[in-house]
Amino acid sequence: MVVPLIGGGLILATGSRPNVREIMTLLTACLLFFCVASIVPLIAAGGRPSITLLEMLPGLNITFTIEPLGMVFACVASFLWIVTTIYAIGYMRGHHEVNQTRFYFYFAVAISSAMGIAFAGNMMTLFIFYEVLTLSTFPLVTHHGTEESKKAGRVYLGILIGTSIGFLLFAIVWTYVLTGTLDFTEGGILGGKAEKPVIAVLLLLYMFGIGKAALMPFHRWLPAAMVAPTPVSALLHAVAVVKAGVFTVIKVIVYLFGIDTLNGTVGAAVLAVVAAVTLLLSAMIAMRKDNLKARLAYSTISQLSYIVLGAAMATGAGVVAAGMHIVMHATAKITLFFCAGAILVASHKTKISQLNGIGRRMPFTMICFLIGSLGIIGLPPAGGALSKWYLMMGAAEADQIIFMFVWMTSSLLSAAYLLPIVHRAFFRAPTKDEEHHSDDHSDDGEGIKEAPIFCLIGLGTAAVLTVVAFFLADDLAQLLAPLAGK
Amino acid sequence: MLANLPALQVVLPLMAAPICLILRRADWAWAFSLIVTWCCFAISILLLLQVQTVGDISYPMGDWAAPWGIEYKVDLLSAFLLVIVSAIGSVVMPYARRSVEAEVPGPRIYLFYTMYLLCLCGLLGIAITGDAFNLFVFLEVSSLSSYVLISMGRYRRSLTAAYRYLIMGTVGATFYIIGVGMMYMMTGTLNMADLAARIPAVADTRTIQVAIAFIIVGLGLKLAIFPLHMWLPNAYTFAPSVVTIFLASTATKIAVYALLRMVFTVFGGAPLFVVAQALMMLAVVAMFVGSLVAIYQSNIKRMLAYSSIAQIGYMVLGISFISAIGLTGGIIHLFNHALVKGALFMAVGCMFLRLESVRLEDMAGIGKRMPVTMACFLIAGLGLIGVPLTAGFISKWYLVLAAFEKDMWYIAALVLASSLLAVIYVWRVVEVAYFKPVPPGANEIAEAPISMLVPLCILTGASVYFGIDATRTVDIAADAANFLMRGMMP
Repeated sequence: MVVPLIGGGLILATGSRPNVREIMTLLTACLLFFCVASIVPLIAAGGRPSITLLEMLPGLNITFTIEPLGMVFACVASFLWIVTTIYAIGYMRGHHEVNQTRFYFYFAVAISSAMGIAFAGNMMTLFIFYEVLTLSTFPLVTHHGTEESKKAGRVYLGILIGTSIGFLLFAIVWTYVLTGTLDFTEGGILGGKAEKPVIAVLLLLYMFGIGKAALMPFHRWLPAAMVAPTPVSALLHAVAVVKAGVFTVIKVIVYLFGIDTLNGTVGAAVLAVVAAVTLLLSAMIAMRKDNLKARLAYSTISQLSYIVLGAAMATGAGVVAAGMHIVMHATAKITLFFCAGAILVASHKTKISQLNGIGRRMPFTMICFLIGSLGIIGLPPAGGALSKWYLMMGAAEADQIIFMFVWMTSSLLSAAYLLPIVHRAFFRAPTKDEEHHSDDHSDDGEGIKEAPIFCLIGLGTAAVLTVVAFFLADDLAQLLAPLAGK
Repeated sequence: MLANLPALQVVLPLMAAPICLILRRADWAWAFSLIVTWCCFAISILLLLQVQTVGDISYPMGDWAAPWGIEYKVDLLSAFLLVIVSAIGSVVMPYARRSVEAEVPGPRIYLFYTMYLLCLCGLLGIAITGDAFNLFVFLEVSSLSSYVLISMGRYRRSLTAAYRYLIMGTVGATFYIIGVGMMYMMTGTLNMADLAARIPAVADTRTIQVAIAFIIVGLGLKLAIFPLHMWLPNAYTFAPSVVTIFLASTATKIAVYALLRMVFTVFGGAPLFVVAQALMMLAVVAMFVGSLVAIYQSNIKRMLAYSSIAQIGYMVLGISFISAIGLTGGIIHLFNHALVKGALFMAVGCMFLRLESVRLEDMAGIGKRMPVTMACFLIAGLGLIGVPLTAGFISKWYLVLAAFEKDMWYIAALVLASSLLAVIYVWRVVEVAYFKPVPPGANEIAEAPISMLVPLCILTGASVYFGIDATRTVDIAADAANFLMRGMMP
């Protein structure tokens, strides 16, 4: 957690020399991943290292405890930071973005707070870093500084802080009053401390309070945040911010409530319904969006609800599956966003209707897009297939067959909103106004070329990861098994 | 000398003031006041340490024993307040040099520092005295000097603002002294501890009940609880920046302290049961009305003034819970708000120095031109909202906790909702400062001078530090709260 912060400082210091600054970011990212990865074997063996930083309030400490779910989240975030940085180098330069130092700096701070969330040992620590994440990503979302980004920033901040102070903090204090502690404990701390209705209300307060999980109706911030530069959208809103949200959801369900406490309650049922509705509704909205990033944004909302729904099953298998989907979705979605950004940089196109025939010009990008799509839809060889399988198993275990249908329907819907893009790219001829865009580029007069090389490296790595995750799925399930209380 | 610290705490600024009067030159007056305020701060820290190790200090003035003589009593709450007031008083002094030079006419500057020292003396005296009438004396000393300080502002309206505050403040003080007079009538003593012993015997009489009412209303006026807050917005807006910083961070806090002292120590907390409901309602109204009106202000100082009214609502809310946790929340908010509001007004003062304006429209693009100042404003603003890792969060935490403890979840929800309102008015400034481009015809301005930036950064840093490691302040507040609650039934 400290590593990215130091890195941030170094980035600020070398701001005037872009190449050195980029190297600093990369080094920091690699170092972070190395640190995080080195802890994995310890966790897999059952260790739970924990340190208490300081006592903030009498009785409440800022504590970090590492457990499997947090481990997974941290690995995902830190590894994808490396990939995103490579991509960002290509994107930011290719797109002639301004204020790049500020960008990399706040990126580092945001990743640092994501690490803080991943390793939080109690709800207070998590809440602190949750808020820090919101605040540190605000400058990233409003990077362009235009009227549009200002308005989007307002929606972003308004919804996220509104839900976190209004609902989440409320729920946290309530929990503290009920149980006298906020520590994350196996089996939960709320078991037997309150009546069923109270548990239900508390659960819903938490879920709506965790605005980053984008449950409807508090999902508007996600499409609004698309005004950000694509690397921001990619890492933060496909990986760090939203994953922090669903990660918190799972953590709260498993370690504050306890799976057994929630199993079969009204609260869990309501949550499941809300998640299912969000899932389907956002998928349907996605189908109607012409703006590529908007479509991907609604796709993210839908996929996040997969995770929430899996956790709402309140079964061991469901929770493990939810954790797995964090990884699968992260890799697949980041691939898709990278592609969107690459298309933007290379051809200045944002709308899907403009993408006819682009596959011929940017084959590598579109193939990666195809792989990412497979991951979202849930088809092999992408990892998404296996997490979806586990999710459905979780539903079966909970005797909630209806949700199996929900997931299957959503797969169809995802196909409906993603495959047409690929189809357009490869099988439709380019329209006449494609010629205009070739003049925008200073260095070529031949039309659209592939994205900058750094973008492609980032893209490709993400796509490869999506497939690799397929093969690692079983190991992942093993790692996450303690979540199920086995 | 250590034994005489309580007396020195007040005597030092009191004697220093006339000396300042003699030092006609602005520079000398400033330097002298600087030394005096730092000494006061040192004394208050020593007193706090003494109280923490030894226990309550009781110091009869002139060796005339209570209850006939005036007794100074320093317990944990008083020591805490002494530290708050003298800390702000001393941090402001390095800042004051440039700020006062710019805002107060040159020949009057030595008068300014004279009044400043007197005001400091008055506020410290209120915190330290154990005699009800002595409290009135210091109350008037601090009030009269603050009227003069406010009137020294550059605006024409400074005079009328000071006058309005004078009228309302005198009404408040008069109510208070009427209350004290009635108590004297019934008990024959003015010493607080003695009063506390004698009042239960006569507590049911009409006289004492009226006395309680007068005292609460009188002090309520001083602490600007809604609806007795009318003097505050103008007074803060039109006073010189240094005065606003100092008063916003201290005067109302001391009034809260006086209220606590009278209600708990003298009356044993009994009146609270009667007025708690009313206070709670007024506090909630203050929280919302203050924040809502703040959102619509185009003058930043006025916006922060209305924000103060809302924050005072939080403090009173903490008191109205009649629980140890609620009191802890209220007391700790005295401290945290002093830091946060002090930092905010300092930042605005810096901007005023450079921009000659405190209107929101004139702040366009100031994030680029005065980055450090604006960053401090942002951080302190986050403290106002109550984001974790800032001092404001600590107070909010305790207030919400207290509400839950009393099963008043709707109050908890209201506290959080009003915090969200604070987001709106803080973010208005942030947006204008960072997102609006610098207007094309604007003059070149530099960052604020170092003498002003350093105190600003110190206060901002403190507001973050005490948000991260709050154990020290919370322990003091909790101990003070428990002590106050001792006599009360749960």
